[in-house]
Amino acid sequence: MLADPLARTATTARSVAARPGRWWLPASLVLLAVALFLGVMVGPAGNWGSADWNIIWNVRLPRVVLAGIVGATLSLSGASYQGVFRNPLVDPYLLGVAAGAGLGATIVFAVGRASTTTWLIDPLPLAAFIGGLLAVLLTYLVGASFGANRNGVTLVLAGVAVTSLATAIQAFVLQRNTEVIREVYSWILGRLTLANWGDVRLVLPYVVVSSAVLLLHRRHLDVLRVGDDEAISLGTQVTRVRLVVVIAATMGTAAVVSVSGLIGFVGIVVPHAVRLLAGASYRRLLPLSLVVGAAFLILADIPGRVLQDPAETPIGVVTAFFGAPFFILVLRTRGRSLG
Amino acid sequence: MKQFRRVLALATVSLVALAACGDDAEETTATDPAATATTAAPAATEEPADATTAPAATEPAAPDEPVGDVAQAIVSLSPTATEILFAIGAGDQVIAVDDQSNYPAEAAAKASALSGYEPNVEAIAAYEPDLVLHDGTTDLATSLDTLGISDWVGAAALSFDDIYVQIEQLGAATGHVAEAAELVANMQADIADAVASVPALETPLAFYHELDPTFYSVTSNTFIGQVYGLFGLRNVADTAEGTSDYPQLSAEFLISQSPDLIFLADTKCCGETVETVAARPGWDAISAVANGGVVALDDDVASRWGPRVVELVQTIADSVNAVATVTAG
Repeated sequence: MLADPLARTATTARSVAARPGRWWLPASLVLLAVALFLGVMVGPAGNWGSADWNIIWNVRLPRVVLAGIVGATLSLSGASYQGVFRNPLVDPYLLGVAAGAGLGATIVFAVGRASTTTWLIDPLPLAAFIGGLLAVLLTYLVGASFGANRNGVTLVLAGVAVTSLATAIQAFVLQRNTEVIREVYSWILGRLTLANWGDVRLVLPYVVVSSAVLLLHRRHLDVLRVGDDEAISLGTQVTRVRLVVVIAATMGTAAVVSVSGLIGFVGIVVPHAVRLLAGASYRRLLPLSLVVGAAFLILADIPGRVLQDPAETPIGVVTAFFGAPFFILVLRTRGRSLG
Repeated sequence: MKQFRRVLALATVSLVALAACGDDAEETTATDPAATATTAAPAATEEPADATTAPAATEPAAPDEPVGDVAQAIVSLSPTATEILFAIGAGDQVIAVDDQSNYPAEAAAKASALSGYEPNVEAIAAYEPDLVLHDGTTDLATSLDTLGISDWVGAAALSFDDIYVQIEQLGAATGHVAEAAELVANMQADIADAVASVPALETPLAFYHELDPTFYSVTSNTFIGQVYGLFGLRNVADTAEGTSDYPQLSAEFLISQSPDLIFLADTKCCGETVETVAARPGWDAISAVANGGVVALDDDVASRWGPRVVELVQTIADSVNAVATVTAG
């Protein structure tokens, strides 16, 4: 629905893109509806009908909704990073954004989460945003200085280095504040355990702004695909687009990371799965990644809730379990073109 | 391996000591305070050097460590051991405690930057201790061995008897055998009194012990779980026993279980209070929240296996009595 009018007017699209785009979006919305239905149906307190309305409304529904928002944001950001860096291997985790955001959040935890509850604006997403933005800028600068534009792997390696640095500082901060280790640790593994409507309200403003900006830039990302020089000759302000997209994607990532912790691989698995099925055009990729990402994380959270019922399986474990093999597959199939 | 052998040696020595004083010693439990107090004390007096020189069972003692001497310059890296030392009057023999040892106040005054989690052997050696106390979770024993510094391992207790054994060992190591025996006897008597103050309930109350605000809990296999077991309470975390002794429970499960009592062991670390628990979405439906069964514990008291375990037992007894009255009336 979203993609159609734009797909028709876009000059670069022509016949190839328009037709499948019409089908994939409704199909992905059906998938999302199924995921929502299953997510609300299944849970440790009993399935729909046997579970208490209080539990469904106050615990399960916000968790499903939050999983959807987090999944949508991570995969949309992942797809956007891939476009803006012209690199299919990057995602919020490999670029160091998540680790940077994690460091920012850890510092807030260390200073004392309890003392911030009375603040007007929760410092957690802001600290995560600053940390994430610094990390991605550092990754880009390091990567660019070693020729990341020619070799996609260099950017990934720069991201790995930045991630290690952020993780090391995080470990140091934790060492100085051993009392928050357990809290931070459970947060690192990714947690939707504590999801409530307050979390949804907390991230929603950031996520809506971030998603809107990213979706508005999806045609620019298509233009960027042909290369900077060509994009400039087509009238695109390459530097401005890149900056806006990186900031928007980082803001979305940081906001969801601050409530859900580090849930890996969503940002790379979902966009690539969508590419395989619906093609590489960002006009379709971005809205589809948004919807499929939401469905993916809602579904991934179901085993998280029921696998070891009544104990939790951290969602980050579930996504990594599916994501890591998929990432290897992507490396295998796309590795040659990156050489 | 060395460390493991050391623990083994300790365990063997204390077993032998216990066995030496009569067949009934092993069956001694918290309900029979007099028995342990009288039997254990002589055992410790007969062989006062057991604890300090336990390594000697596997390796020869260094010549500069005369067997039988009491430690005069102790560095404690275990908050529990620190609490025990001060409770048995050995506080003056302590020269430094780790950064987590915050009780009693006199111990906190000797706090250093030393860490029990990440022990720095050089920093420890700089204090020139004649005995280092730690919980055996790190490789510290090996390094201290190299430097010829004696150590004593007080691993996390798995039972009440473990606590009493550790208290007696520290009494022997510091030359405060009588005080140690008295402390054990008092603890056993107080615990027995607290347990006796709670009448047996027809249907056991269900409880949830919260380690942190992400719903990590403990099963009955842990020591803390056994403390609740004294009162015949039903631990909701036992449903998740198959996964871990420290399972992370889901909010849905906790609400649907509706435990009668919630014990918060995350008040200091994470600022949880009776009010914050009541404010959690959906939790007002839990029996404990509705009937005043949410109990704020001291994180330290609820995680150490020292003398203050009596306070924990007393708090649980009071809470069970309060809630039993409310639900009955």
